[in-house]
Amino acid sequence: MHMADALLSPVVGGTIWAVSAGSIAYCSKKVHRELDDRKIPLMGVLAAFLFAAQTINFTIPGTGSSGHLGGGLLLTLLLGPHAAFLAIASVLVVQALFFADGGVLALGCNIFNMGFIPAFIVYPFIYRNLRGKKLNQGRLTTAIILSALVGLQLGSLGVVLETWFSGISALPFATFLLLMQPIHLAIGAVEGIVTVAVVGFVYQARPEILRIATEDLEPGRYPLRGIVVTFFVAALLVGGGLSLFASRNPDGLEWAIARVAGSSELKAPGGGIHGFLAALQGRTAVMPDYSFRRPAGLTAAGLKPGGDRKKEEVERLGTAAAGLAGTLLTLALVFGSGLILKRRYQPAELSS
Amino acid sequence: MKIASIHGALLDFRRMELLAGGGTALHRLDPRAKLLVTLFFIGTVVSYGKYAVTGMIPLVIFPVVMASLGELPPGYIARKIALLSPFALVVGLFNPLFDRTVLIHLGPLGISGGWISFSSILIRSILTVGAATILVALTGFPAICRALEQLGTPRLLTVQLSFLHRYLFVLIEEGGRLSRGRELRAFGNRGLGIGSFAPLIGNLLLRTWGRAERIHAAMLARGFTGEFHLRRESRFGGRELLFTVGWSIAFVALRFWNLPQLLGRVVTGITS
Repeated sequence: MHMADALLSPVVGGTIWAVSAGSIAYCSKKVHRELDDRKIPLMGVLAAFLFAAQTINFTIPGTGSSGHLGGGLLLTLLLGPHAAFLAIASVLVVQALFFADGGVLALGCNIFNMGFIPAFIVYPFIYRNLRGKKLNQGRLTTAIILSALVGLQLGSLGVVLETWFSGISALPFATFLLLMQPIHLAIGAVEGIVTVAVVGFVYQARPEILRIATEDLEPGRYPLRGIVVTFFVAALLVGGGLSLFASRNPDGLEWAIARVAGSSELKAPGGGIHGFLAALQGRTAVMPDYSFRRPAGLTAAGLKPGGDRKKEEVERLGTAAAGLAGTLLTLALVFGSGLILKRRYQPAELSS
Repeated sequence: MKIASIHGALLDFRRMELLAGGGTALHRLDPRAKLLVTLFFIGTVVSYGKYAVTGMIPLVIFPVVMASLGELPPGYIARKIALLSPFALVVGLFNPLFDRTVLIHLGPLGISGGWISFSSILIRSILTVGAATILVALTGFPAICRALEQLGTPRLLTVQLSFLHRYLFVLIEEGGRLSRGRELRAFGNRGLGIGSFAPLIGNLLLRTWGRAERIHAAMLARGFTGEFHLRRESRFGGRELLFTVGWSIAFVALRFWNLPQLLGRVVTGITS
């Protein structure tokens, strides 16, 4: 599931971009230094293979619908985490730019959800542990299916958290989670079964391909600590920096609240995770003004008794009308200037 | 993705590459300038608050001016933009359900916060997808890779992207042929299950693997040492600086002054 720019706030998008960019830098160094350059064309061509694999559908038994291979896990098994992470990142760049899947800011989130999670969380902690050192088809099957399930659950959890922290969508956290996780459980099961089938075929036809991938598993060749430290330092630096910057100026929401409620601050609902986060923020105070507001608070603050209300109604009507008129005018100006620019350009082209 | 849609996407991809071969002043601009301005634009768009609608409208000027100066076909760009991220739209459609507080009154009509934030998501989608589409249509994929590399992206990733770009068409067409062959031999849904899918994909994978090995051998024969050597043909000069700084100032100005609101006040002030 691709995250989209429209649902992201700059703090969340920027923070996760920093994490993904840091991981890309780390993996590039690692692949460049340690692995043979035979992998370089292999990574690129296998990335293109993912697109090709997605043109082929299979029917899912019992449902009548059809699905296709996602392939991130397959790539991780074949290339090892570092090279696979780069290959998946390049696939997502092409999807973002050419197929309008997600967006440029959301690319960071997508690389994290679909690249970082399978390569650096699922692969070392689940797949590697379950698979063991000696190739054995039974353990391989279990390891792959569980990895697919966990990977997709974590990926969709990532989407939910990123959306929720951004606060552009009004979907309550629990509802969104209940919508997303079961769907991705089914997708994960299908992905696991298909990956097992494809890996089984490769294992029978050319077992040495899987052997090469296993050599990367030798302990000591895999310093995970480096990447985890990079991850946290980058997240803290950028998250902290961006939040400080973001809290300096009242943003559009505060502006809207100031218009509606007459005061720029709202009381956030006290209970649950909002209360907890607010308390946490109050204690850490790195982001003094960036609280998690819910427009539900508006009902309490927006209704004022008596004559005040009528005055505000008039004021609001004026604001809304002005906004509408101004918007139409702006659009007319913009498209008019676009037309003029185009007209002016074409004669020049013809005369040359 | 269905075959038809991925083939459509492929045709689209080719059309974008053709558009990127244009010769306008915007096409000739160093790709770094276009990339930086697009990133700054998207940053500006997402920095608006949840309920911002009117404030964002003037930003439409960027895609409109870029598309008209770059002589991009407006219908084509509009169609690309119309294929907005379905995920964002579906998630956005929940806003009116969960956020029913009335924020704006237009005469007797009360508009809830949910509808306002949904329109905000819609406008964000249009602006961000539009900006990215126009960037690619004015620049082309290889030039974007080069710009990314010059701006400090690790070379290995840009080499990956170049490989991906070069083999994408070959492999998608191969996948499409395999898939069509299988569908023609299938009877209804019989024969389209995982039983025939796995060997098909496995074969494609092994063939791809073999292809990668041959490519590597050919590259070694031509002196490949792990990086591509690209011809540098553009530089970041005065025009690029002017372009970048000019747009950045415009975005900052539009971000801090709500132009439609000001304009609307002037107009309604005069007429009332």
